[in-house]
Amino acid sequence: MADPRDIEIVTPYARSLGIALDRWEGDTPVLRVEFSDSVQGRPGALHGGAISGLLETAGYGALRAELARGEREAQMKPINITVQFLRSGKTRPSFARARIVKLGRRTANISVEAWQDDEAKPIASAVMNILMVDADAAA
Amino acid sequence: MADEQTRFDPAQATPFLTARSHNGWLGLSYRDHGEDWAELELPWREDLLGEDGREVLASGPIISLMDMASGLAIWTRMGQFRAIATLDLRVDYTRPARGRSSVFGRAQCYRLTRSAAFVRGIAHDGDPDDPVAHMQAVFMSIDARSDPRSAELPGG
Repeated sequence: MADPRDIEIVTPYARSLGIALDRWEGDTPVLRVEFSDSVQGRPGALHGGAISGLLETAGYGALRAELARGEREAQMKPINITVQFLRSGKTRPSFARARIVKLGRRTANISVEAWQDDEAKPIASAVMNILMVDADAAA
Repeated sequence: MADEQTRFDPAQATPFLTARSHNGWLGLSYRDHGEDWAELELPWREDLLGEDGREVLASGPIISLMDMASGLAIWTRMGQFRAIATLDLRVDYTRPARGRSSVFGRAQCYRLTRSAAFVRGIAHDGDPDDPVAHMQAVFMSIDARSDPRSAELPGG
């Protein structure tokens, strides 16, 4: 069986924004982004769009890892995302980790949280629905 | 109510707000506005792709685009720049954007109260009647002193 940890978690967009794989927690990737001008919104605060990008990358990463474990190749397409902004993000590194709430044949429902210093005080959370089109059906 | 001289003008304010930071990094620019709406352009760029080998923008930049267009729509309806924070934002991706195409984000502030602003909008790739995404969001006013940009902007 392929090691899911070999898969590519970070998209070109995420890479360009400075999002990187921080570590694996069991089978789940934890994503990280350093504070920089490219993720800054109002001066001294993290931009909501950049936080959303981090959440989304963690969501896709967790799903991609889960699919790789099942040796399933599928193209993932976003259906929707709802983001809750809970606290202002400061000029510090941010982290995000996703949980797959439901993995179906065609859709996955994923819940994601982002935090900075204290995991118990998330700065944002998101719910994502993702459509999966199997590689053989995509042609 | 701000008078016409100092009234918030998204055409003038956008270059200030997108000169640097995340919005500058994305390269957002002003397109159009009305009394309670504003439209921005997000240019196509190779390093904003959602997947290697597919020439379609990632969905993250579309959230940033809609967030900024929402802010402009709110300030335009208020007639002034005030510090606001996004509380909740939802995007439904109705179809993929065309490859190598700019995406345009149009947001309308349909209800404004003392503390909250309600916004809806679409993202499209040329035809507003055939959106690539729909958005719904709520923003809250925050203490203006927490936003140093207030001092720089006309009508701020």
